[in-house]
Amino acid sequence: MNDLLTTEDLPRQVIEKLLVDAESFVEVLSRPIPKVPALRGKTVATMFFEPSTRTRLSFEKAAKALSADTMSFSPATSSLSKGESLKDTALTVHAMGVDLMVVRHGSTGAPWRVAEWLDVPVVNGGDGAHQHPTQALADCLTITQRFGSLEGLRIAIVGDVRHSRVARSNMYAFHSLGASVTLVGPPTLLPVEIDGWPANTSTDLDAILDEVDVVYLLRVQTERGGGSVFPSLPEYADRYGMTGARFGRLKPEAVVLHPGPMNRGVEIAHDVADDERSLVLLQVSNGVAARMAVLFELLGGDQVA
Amino acid sequence: MSVDETSRAAAHTSVRFRCISGDSKETILRQVMDSDDLGRVTKRIAHEIAERNHGLDEVVLLGIPTRGKPFADRIAAALSDIHGAGFTAGSLDVGMYRDDIDIRPRARIGPTDIPELLDGKTVVLADDVLFTGRTIRAALDALADLGRPSAVQLAVVIDRGHRELPIRADYVGKNIPTSLTEHVSVRFLGIDDEDGVWIGQSEPA
Repeated sequence: MNDLLTTEDLPRQVIEKLLVDAESFVEVLSRPIPKVPALRGKTVATMFFEPSTRTRLSFEKAAKALSADTMSFSPATSSLSKGESLKDTALTVHAMGVDLMVVRHGSTGAPWRVAEWLDVPVVNGGDGAHQHPTQALADCLTITQRFGSLEGLRIAIVGDVRHSRVARSNMYAFHSLGASVTLVGPPTLLPVEIDGWPANTSTDLDAILDEVDVVYLLRVQTERGGGSVFPSLPEYADRYGMTGARFGRLKPEAVVLHPGPMNRGVEIAHDVADDERSLVLLQVSNGVAARMAVLFELLGGDQVA
Repeated sequence: MSVDETSRAAAHTSVRFRCISGDSKETILRQVMDSDDLGRVTKRIAHEIAERNHGLDEVVLLGIPTRGKPFADRIAAALSDIHGAGFTAGSLDVGMYRDDIDIRPRARIGPTDIPELLDGKTVVLADDVLFTGRTIRAALDALADLGRPSAVQLAVVIDRGHRELPIRADYVGKNIPTSLTEHVSVRFLGIDDEDGVWIGQSEPA
């Protein structure tokens, strides 16, 4: 593996290997000194051309816990505002001596372009409404810890599937690991063309509530126009939100995931968000371990593919 | 192990040959220890550990994955037999502490499982083969991040020589002088399909 750009063509054995490594890094992060020297002397640049709190901090924490140095970039304070192109920005940062670049960009495919221009590994930190592979790995790790494996699980991904890169990357990863995935949302928030996607679709959340093991709630993305394609937020919450009543109808062992940031009261009720079966904070801490596994694999690990 | 003991062990071991098929080539392996030999060695080392440490109260046994772990588990079982108490081994991964991650892109990481606080304890590290000493160097670094044992000892099944660092083992199953072109393979039932130790000739790269 030279880059991590998408989960779409990621072989199952690679995902499973990354999850096993990530489990070792969970242990590292629980130590009194949560740091190992594995990537000492390496430099990881986080190039986020789009706002982010958790993903960027998560990558920085992951790099630092592996003793790598980090450099970061944010568009507001950069030469982007002077009109520098993506390519020139990437080449400039690379010329300073970078061993791996994490790229987040509002446009689909931007990390692929950067990977073509540079001879260092590139990790997709989220591109447009397309892919967010490290989020998928963190979520697979979280579900694996809870259920032992994803084989045979039924997972519903609920909400704004159309604008969600998390939905796409998770759908492929869940499917690779043997889960069956149903995409649920109002017709206007389901993608128009899903031929070839390894998932079913449904517009009726209540109809499948009692069959699923995992409910993966997506954020209503008002910044990507998600707010204008259904009548109102209360109506969305009424039909697709994880309310206390719906939560009560789930199987007793079923869990709720959410990539954050949560709109409490919209896609997830307050009480549900704070319930023991809501794994939101575990997803965040597993995100660090999963990203450590990716950095270690690309910069020094035992290459399986 | 004394020189006398080593030569005696070498003399009594029956030499058997067999072939295993590797990825694309066949390697001839010579067996130097069988399952019974491994059992005796494990029992002796368990006794030596108990003797040297005046009991086991302060001893923590940690195996280095992959094959240091089953070795540590067997020592732990032997120690339990001696003392009649349940004694278990933890594991200590060193993959994240190796100094050759760049040179040798084979750094594997395994589980780390520390059964109790290491501060003030005597840690006995267990590994299958002692060779350059770099694995043990990495293990000492890893230990330093996990606590401050009062002493660290090392138990290995095979010491094959060729040290690159000033490191030695406290408990040795068997000293086997090797050439650098040979490789030593210690196998444990559970991970492998049989018990024993084999020496083979590495194919020229």
